[in-house]
Amino acid sequence: MRPFLRRVALGAAAPAMALVFAVVASSIVLLVAGSNPFRAYGDMLNHASKLETMIDILNRATPLFISGIAAAIGFRMNLFNIGVEGQYLLAALVAAEVGSVIHLPAPIHLTVIFLVAMTVGAGYGGIAGVLKVSRGISEVISTIMLNAVVVSGLLVAGLKLWQAPAPGGGNVTRLGTAEIPKSGRIPNLNKIVEIFTRDIGRDRKLTGVLVVAIMVGVGFHVLLNRSRFGFDLRASGANPFAARAGGVSPKRMVLMAMALSGAVAGLVGMTEVMQGGVFPSNPIQGLGFAGIAVALLGRNSAIGAAVAALMFAFLDISSGILQSTGSASREIIQIMQGLIILAAVVAYQVTQRVRDREEARAASAALSGATA
Amino acid sequence: MARAIELVGITKRFPGVVANDRVDLAVEEGEIHAICGENGAGKSTLMKILYGMQSPDDGVMKVFGNEVHFAKPTDAINMGIGMVHQHFMLAENLTVLESVILGAEPTLRGGRIDFDKAKAHVREVGQAYGLDVNPDELIETLEVGERQRVEIIKVLYRGAKILILDEPTAVLVPQEVEALFRNIRELKASGSTILFIDHKLDEVLAIADTITVLRQGRSVATVKPADVTAHDLAELMVGSELPTPNTTESTVTDVVVMQIKDLTVDEGDRSVVSEVNLTVHRGEVVGVAGVEGNGQAELVDAIIGTRQLASGSIEMLGIDITHSSVRHRRENGIGYIPQDRQREGLLLSAPLWENAALGHQTQKPFSNGFWMDREGMRDATEQIRTAFDVRTPTIDVAAHALSGGNQQKLIVGREMSANPTMLIASHPTRGIDVGAQAAVWDQLRAARAAGLATLLISADLDELIGLADTIVVMLRGRLVATLDPATVTPRDLGAYMTGATQQAGAA
Amino acid sequence: MIAVNSLKNMPVWARWALYAFIGVVVLNVVQGFDDTTLLTAEGTTRSMLRWGVPILLAGLGGLFAERAGVVNIGLEGMMVLGTWFGAWGALTYGAWWGLLIGALGGAMGGLLHAVATVQFGVDHVISGVAINILGPGITRFLSSEIFAVKYKDSGGSITQSPRVPTVGRMTFPFLAGGDLGGWKTPDILGWFSKKDWFVISDITAILRGLVSDMSWVTVIALALVPFSAWLLWRTRFGLRMRISGERPEAGEAQGINIYFYKYVGVIVSGALAGLGGAFIASQELSGVYKEGSTGGRGFIGLAALIFGNWRPMGIFGGAMLFGYPFALKLQDLNGKASHSLLLVTAIALFAVMLWALLRRNTNDTVLAAVFGGAALAWYLLVETPPTWWAAILPYVIVLIVLIFFTKRLRPPAADGQIYRKGEA
Repeated sequence: MRPFLRRVALGAAAPAMALVFAVVASSIVLLVAGSNPFRAYGDMLNHASKLETMIDILNRATPLFISGIAAAIGFRMNLFNIGVEGQYLLAALVAAEVGSVIHLPAPIHLTVIFLVAMTVGAGYGGIAGVLKVSRGISEVISTIMLNAVVVSGLLVAGLKLWQAPAPGGGNVTRLGTAEIPKSGRIPNLNKIVEIFTRDIGRDRKLTGVLVVAIMVGVGFHVLLNRSRFGFDLRASGANPFAARAGGVSPKRMVLMAMALSGAVAGLVGMTEVMQGGVFPSNPIQGLGFAGIAVALLGRNSAIGAAVAALMFAFLDISSGILQSTGSASREIIQIMQGLIILAAVVAYQVTQRVRDREEARAASAALSGATA
Repeated sequence: MARAIELVGITKRFPGVVANDRVDLAVEEGEIHAICGENGAGKSTLMKILYGMQSPDDGVMKVFGNEVHFAKPTDAINMGIGMVHQHFMLAENLTVLESVILGAEPTLRGGRIDFDKAKAHVREVGQAYGLDVNPDELIETLEVGERQRVEIIKVLYRGAKILILDEPTAVLVPQEVEALFRNIRELKASGSTILFIDHKLDEVLAIADTITVLRQGRSVATVKPADVTAHDLAELMVGSELPTPNTTESTVTDVVVMQIKDLTVDEGDRSVVSEVNLTVHRGEVVGVAGVEGNGQAELVDAIIGTRQLASGSIEMLGIDITHSSVRHRRENGIGYIPQDRQREGLLLSAPLWENAALGHQTQKPFSNGFWMDREGMRDATEQIRTAFDVRTPTIDVAAHALSGGNQQKLIVGREMSANPTMLIASHPTRGIDVGAQAAVWDQLRAARAAGLATLLISADLDELIGLADTIVVMLRGRLVATLDPATVTPRDLGAYMTGATQQAGAA
Repeated sequence: MIAVNSLKNMPVWARWALYAFIGVVVLNVVQGFDDTTLLTAEGTTRSMLRWGVPILLAGLGGLFAERAGVVNIGLEGMMVLGTWFGAWGALTYGAWWGLLIGALGGAMGGLLHAVATVQFGVDHVISGVAINILGPGITRFLSSEIFAVKYKDSGGSITQSPRVPTVGRMTFPFLAGGDLGGWKTPDILGWFSKKDWFVISDITAILRGLVSDMSWVTVIALALVPFSAWLLWRTRFGLRMRISGERPEAGEAQGINIYFYKYVGVIVSGALAGLGGAFIASQELSGVYKEGSTGGRGFIGLAALIFGNWRPMGIFGGAMLFGYPFALKLQDLNGKASHSLLLVTAIALFAVMLWALLRRNTNDTVLAAVFGGAALAWYLLVETPPTWWAAILPYVIVLIVLIFFTKRLRPPAADGQIYRKGEA
């Protein structure tokens, strides 16, 4: 059991080191800027202990986590799906529009909306997969381009085409899709939370998409670690040539991984769509890139991504309190996030090397011990 | 006369291994000195020490009588030592000129390369030693022999007086070997000292003035070629009676397992495998001999299914599998020991118990349909570990932690445990120590007795002759001869492989 | 076939000059259908240059990193650092210092990338993504501490700086009538372009846009194109940098310190991206730093690098090609020029189709025909294309180029690979 504990300790050491480094570095920045870092961190923690803040954090962590899983699917086979950003925006737009147009009984309506989102995401992600498989184009560059096509093209076009009329008529439109009827909206989870706690105040609503996120996380974990598909996927990531000789079709895996990654990416925007019932004219952007960060920090595992998403969400939400108490500039949070990622990837690399070296030593010790 | 190189008591330890153990070496100026030894005898480590790529833990190194301590290759270069690596250190996208002057560029003001001067100098060196190449050509357009010449020019350009050639003939065809030997003699005539690493004994005896033999990290003997036979040398290298992979009695049946008809593989607009016909029976080992690069690798790829056929067909037990996927073929009983175990055989970063399932992940005991069976994987891996003597602390370590021999035993174990009907074994004992080699041979022999059909591709002619029931020779993508291992000698085989002898009627 | 052969025998510069000439003729003819002159207007090329210069600088930045073997997805983040530090430097120390400080800001990002990738062996794409997240975080924090405090009264805020001083502009003497020692030289290209001669006036107008009324930064950026080529292919430094990207072990075996060249390559990469950022801050949007003003041009720079096949002149071509639709969108108020651009796209795709046909590549021929047909149909069916058409055109061009030409591209052989000393 000791080697196992040691491995866990080594695994946890890296993110802990990264966090410490980021906190120390941010503290220095704060000190230089003339703020008291301890007061700032105190305010953040104090704020986060409130029930309403926790709801905010969970609402924020939900899309971050889903986005992180989308990125992790690609990463696990050395595919860099930088395109989660474009995939989720496009998917949310189309799903919101479809949801507002159709009228079905509640569970079916809701399911259709989510399926549309996943299909659009899978399709758009699949383009990069097809380009890689058929033309050998690096998915990094093609997804960057496809992101730009969505953000500066398709989104503009879609919002123009599907903009809802302003309430009360008139010429003014309020850019954004029409509202999805009640049957297509996922109920919030306040009731469930309130069983265990006091009533949630301040009009906060815990998103029902959280349930979807948990399903995605569990599904990802089980599929990856226990299924043959997961084995093939990880084998392709570890060594595509060996995987190929072992019967894994590399082209098929690239297509499936990109499509699956895109399908999950399609769910990222649903938190926002379900919350407001529309795809707004100015949707939250950047969740795709944040998801890459979450995946990196969480080492492409479901549990890791959950922790990372919660931490990023905590930092995001805390930035508000810094501003209102005036203990520090809220922008320090973004620096902290960037530093955590950079420090974490470096720390992972370092611990990986340490572990490799130890294993090699143990194996050669076993060898010489056996021969002597 | 001063000695060019003198090593006394050189020792180099790596975790768990002593690569060089008090090695002594004395190289006279102006001689061709060969260093022989098996894979893993410590030749490469010694050369890396001589070239400043690694520092010895102990011992004294003298070059032209002066004691030296090299910290980096530049130090060795400055002392007049140059090295031609076995794997050429050339970039495809550079010109010959750029490749030669790299690291020793003549420059004008402002760091500008003096291309005219460089070119003149390169021509000069080329002419002086009869090494002819066009300085403006891109490396990617050159043949292997030409690339080696570029490497030698590179070393001479730096004014090297001592040249280390690391297994220079491994990648060459016989004509190129002859050209190389002419060059080496010319270099010697002009006063250079040559350190020549090789384990092909006939070559060593043909070219060397002095031979030093390494075994298990130690220098065991220094001899003159006139005083020894190839057999003596071989025994010095191995240290005891040579193990021979002799198969006892024939187990060949008349059940055809694999039938290959007119198999052709194209690369670009030329054929790398042309119209190969081959039949393998139950209980038969068919050996494929050939100088590397004559289409063996492509033939293997085509049989495994990772490369498309231009024409022809492959049948297994009467069923056409020409267009089957790799997975389908493997599920139907094709086992595969790849020639490059790290590239095609293992997931280096994954634990052993996952590696043991690779290639068989769709089958029991590794999976139940959609799901993997972790217990089954672990149990199967433990069995392989015991049965094939894979030395590892646990089956949870990553594959890259194992030594080459143990990695190979894991792969052989994995493929054998799956009870294949047909085994494709590509250089199954390459680069592993003698003990592991014998173990692999035993396994192959036992499986053959139990009815396995095997296609054995090897560069080790003794291995081929010892294990195979039939030997075919591949040259320029074609099967040019079919031979009986009972009557053929390595020398004959070599003649067929190089096209010196041709067999009537074989195609 | 004879035409193809004589094309092959032409010197490279002559071939490209010919292609450019054909391109201008096409533009000239096509814009006639839509009754616009914007496609070959002097103002369009001038604006193209202004939009293209940051892309060019980012692309050259990518060149140095990738020639040294390090993929730099972090160009965008480094460029963002450049915009902020450029603006701050210019406000604090003056216009020229702004450029230098902007470059230094980008170089800091480069240093970070180098430490992560070269020293610690972190995957290049991962490190780049991290820098892209870190860059805007740093600038936002700094804005909140400096622009929103110290420059509150002169228009500074958390997302914006006050107006920053800019370096001067210049016009080439003789070619475009610039001053030379106080003497106003004749404007030769201007004279031709006003003549309304078929094609000749178009070409001279295009050229005049490229040599007149430009920022000194633009002059520097343009000079960097031949300079980079000289540095990388003619000097010792360049050869050693290239071996680091092609086959580092081969360099190591000759005693070259590969880490040094990788570090320099990535830091220079950041500095050039930073200079591009400083250019954006001082030359665009009436000379203020504004959050998000890079608009993904770091990424497009990367695309220009690939489009240009990892060569300086190619990158220049790519940068201008991507700058062109941006410029046109800005000038094109009635959408006519954008409409013409659809036809140009269709024609270009049909040219690709012919090219594929000559090579007997059926797949590519059909694919190009389908794409070209779609563009043509769109052109014929729509009076004025939507505004976003010109916005996505650069990205579409990249995708098309990648689809048809990926196999002909030649990235450095060890690009993106993690190199560790002593593992040869």
